Amino acid sequence: MTERDYSKVISKIDGIAAKVYSDLEKAEIPSLQLSTRTKANIRFDDNLSVWKYGKNKTERAASSLDGAYMLLRTMYMVDFIKDMIKQKKSSTLRETYYISEGWNLAKFSSQNESDLLAEDLEVITGCMREDFKLRPEEDGARVIGNLVVEEVTRNNTKKKIHCQDDVGDAGYGIPYNVEKEKLTFKQADADFIIAIETGGMFDRLVENGFDTDSRAILVHLKGQPARSTRRFIKRLSEEKKLPVLIFTDCDPWSFRIYGSIAYGAIKTAHISEYLATPSAQYLGVTPSDIVNYKLPTDTLTTEDINALKSELTDPRFEDEFWKHEIKLQLSIGKKSEQQALAKYGLDYVTDTYLPEKLAELGASKKKPKKKT
Amino acid sequence: MILANNNAIAYDLAKKQKEISVAEFFERNKHILGFGNPTRALVTSVKEGVDNALDACEEAEILPEIYVEVKNSSEEECTVIIEDNGPGIIKQQIPHVFARLLYGSRFHAVRQSRGQQGIGISAVVLYGQLTTGKHAKITSKIEADRPAVVVELAMDTNKNRGEVLNQDVTHWDKPSGTRIEVNLIADYRRGKRFVYDYLQSTSIVNPHARIIYKEADGTEHIFERTADILPKKSVEVQPHPYGVELGTLIKMAKETNSRKLASFLKTEFSSMGDRTANAVCDEAKLDRNMNPADMTRDQFAALHAAFKKVKIMSPSTDCLSPIGETLIRRSLKSETQEISPEFIFTATRPASVYSGSPFQIEVGIVYGGNLPKDKQVKILRFANRIPLLYQQGDCAITTAIASIDWRRYGLEQPSGTGIPIGPAIFLTHIASTQIPYTSESKEAIADVEEIENEIKLAFRECARKVQMHINKKVRRVKTREKFDLITKILPEIAKKSAHMLNKPVPSLDRVITRIMDVVWIEDLVEYEKARGKQVQTKIDSKPSSEHEGGWITKSTIMVVNYKNKSQKFNLYAVIPKDAVVGTIKPKPAKITDTYIRWNLDSISPTNKVDIYFELAGLNKGDFDENDLYVENINPTYVIGADKWEGE
Repeated sequence: MTERDYSKVISKIDGIAAKVYSDLEKAEIPSLQLSTRTKANIRFDDNLSVWKYGKNKTERAASSLDGAYMLLRTMYMVDFIKDMIKQKKSSTLRETYYISEGWNLAKFSSQNESDLLAEDLEVITGCMREDFKLRPEEDGARVIGNLVVEEVTRNNTKKKIHCQDDVGDAGYGIPYNVEKEKLTFKQADADFIIAIETGGMFDRLVENGFDTDSRAILVHLKGQPARSTRRFIKRLSEEKKLPVLIFTDCDPWSFRIYGSIAYGAIKTAHISEYLATPSAQYLGVTPSDIVNYKLPTDTLTTEDINALKSELTDPRFEDEFWKHEIKLQLSIGKKSEQQALAKYGLDYVTDTYLPEKLAELGASKKKPKKKT
Repeated sequence: MILANNNAIAYDLAKKQKEISVAEFFERNKHILGFGNPTRALVTSVKEGVDNALDACEEAEILPEIYVEVKNSSEEECTVIIEDNGPGIIKQQIPHVFARLLYGSRFHAVRQSRGQQGIGISAVVLYGQLTTGKHAKITSKIEADRPAVVVELAMDTNKNRGEVLNQDVTHWDKPSGTRIEVNLIADYRRGKRFVYDYLQSTSIVNPHARIIYKEADGTEHIFERTADILPKKSVEVQPHPYGVELGTLIKMAKETNSRKLASFLKTEFSSMGDRTANAVCDEAKLDRNMNPADMTRDQFAALHAAFKKVKIMSPSTDCLSPIGETLIRRSLKSETQEISPEFIFTATRPASVYSGSPFQIEVGIVYGGNLPKDKQVKILRFANRIPLLYQQGDCAITTAIASIDWRRYGLEQPSGTGIPIGPAIFLTHIASTQIPYTSESKEAIADVEEIENEIKLAFRECARKVQMHINKKVRRVKTREKFDLITKILPEIAKKSAHMLNKPVPSLDRVITRIMDVVWIEDLVEYEKARGKQVQTKIDSKPSSEHEGGWITKSTIMVVNYKNKSQKFNLYAVIPKDAVVGTIKPKPAKITDTYIRWNLDSISPTNKVDIYFELAGLNKGDFDENDLYVENINPTYVIGADKWEGE
């Protein structure tokens, strides 16, 4: 692995300090501008086919107490990043949060604050978190399927891993860095990628041998997928020309998981083109499925209802399919889990539900079995 | 005081004394005398005893120390003991004072005092005798080097005379004092709480008194003294013509030494000069030189009517002895310690007059702390330093409070009238030579327009202070944040950015003025125990030796100009009337009783001026926040002081 050149990153973060310094010199209230990270400020980028931030800017100015704290923390954070680059070190986001214990007034009060600031810095500089030598806490998700990856290991040797033969039941663990210098896809013999929200359902498909029977690469999302998981799916899908299907619970939060994979997340719209897989399709469970398959349900909570209503005004969900499904869910007032399919037996999901749904989307080459 | 209409019972009594026994009179009227039921009887007995004790001490200029003990000797019977450190009573007078209705030194006086009728303590003795058959025991000591006298006293209800059954001498540690022990039928279980409330309330309006209350189970409550100064002694004054009843006028004319009407008016009444006396005579069409003793009833009636028609100067208010804002505040603070209120504000109105009687209203508001937020505010009513415990609903104080729209002042009040709801205690004290009670039981103030208006004005004034305090607090919190910003965070930002770029730290002055854009005034109040320092006081003419080792209230005011231009203005600090200004820096332009004014020199941007002054004659906590005002500057530029509206 060759040594990375960080001079561009350094000049970008020095630029932040220089902006603040020159404001002070000119007797102006120091401030930084960045794109507003809200759903009202995301626009579809036709060239990239993903959702990016629009023109709205937010100002972090020292005229208010919160703004001033923000600027002070930003100063500490960029100084810290610069140090890490010089020292050839890196830290997790959680470590960064704890490092801030020594920053006196600039101390973060929660990790959420430091994570958000790292994202802010990405937005301001156009760099990625990885450029700042910051890495996420979460390990990547799991993968099982007829796929061979080559990973550069800790001791700098390349190792090929077959994601069925070389792994246990838990599958191949996606590392936090899935860029080319770390990971390459050698061989993939499958018809599609299926990304699954819950571990329970992932294990069900593994146990039922869905990966071999249906020539599928199974990816466990672990709830809202980490950046590395999304990046992994995108690269695999694009490099190996495999369609991506998202299989989640049926509730507004699961729709958001789909949104972040297919369209890009609101929080990370500045790097949507790295993370989003615009061709990803939503497989289910859909509100229509609740009705058609007569699935066991729970009643929507107030938060669920509000989240659904908010999705109705989310530009990413502005198409016929989603409008129809969200309105349907609001009208039936119910939600359901993927594992509710077990109502019809443990094999039902692999024998009936998935084949039917895949056929509906035209993604499977295998005919569904007869309905029981 | 003079017998007035609402004292008709007492008046009747005076005439029919020979025909009915006092026992009969008492039996008929016990409800209005406060002995209507066994619970009331207990509280009334304590109250009469304590009122007497306080009056006696004050008259002798002794700081009262009063001991109250209630024992319940049996299920229904209580023993009430009240002991004071007053001047004592000479042996011969004991039967008159304690066992004779309508006997007392204050009966005819026009001045503010607690007891007025001379019924009080004798009624307690009588009630005890009637209900238990036992006799009162009085101990009295009048001089330090003489033994105390102990007298067992019975009341001859036919003659309205006390009878000494037994008499002895005993040793008593006190230099002087009086102790009364009475047995009576009373409901201790229900009454003890009221006794506590009564004594606590009494302690609030009598900050100069120390009261100890021992309950039947031995529990002792001590209400500490919060002021070492006796209340201003109320001066006895002559009656004002407006308040005089026709009957009294006739009686006065019979007893006067004046031979001429005009001089009678001038010598026997207050506010009567030559011109007014003549004007009254002319109005009544009476000869100024006629002998008052020869006047007919019709002529008296004409004279009486003329009083109302001629403009007569208001009566002098010397005869009033209000508690004073500082002392009310101090006692409220001391009695509400457990509640730890957010603030206490008080207001005193100037003396005013209703039908010839001077009166003065003082109010206090205690707010916040552990007080319940969802209950009606607690109303404490006082008249001439006596707590009014019953008939709150019929009292002019309650009516006045209920008629104010408290919603404007941040309290809940469903329809904009009625007793408001919120975490507050409202105190009202009315001082007057004649309190217009609704009835003889003296539990509620009658509906007198002038009094109600004054109460309303006092509460509005107090509520405005509360409002100002709250507004100020909100604004301060906001600007305090900015202050932190410019003093702590901004310099750090500058340091850090300079460090990253290897450049010198830039000057922040101009940025600071841009961010703040105000003149910032902040004050800090500290207290220091004055050691052996002689401190003057204005509360009373008493020598200040008692105040040695009192507290010095030290105020530091910091004025910083965070505007981008120089500022030059005047600053006022309001000080309590009863405080004395000590060290003061820089030199003020003016000091009065109520404020200090500094004409500040031009302050350049980001420059600071420190002001310091000391106040003596106040207790710790009397003055815990400066009331600051500015002049000759746009007040919206200033945080921490309001616009000076003149004196």
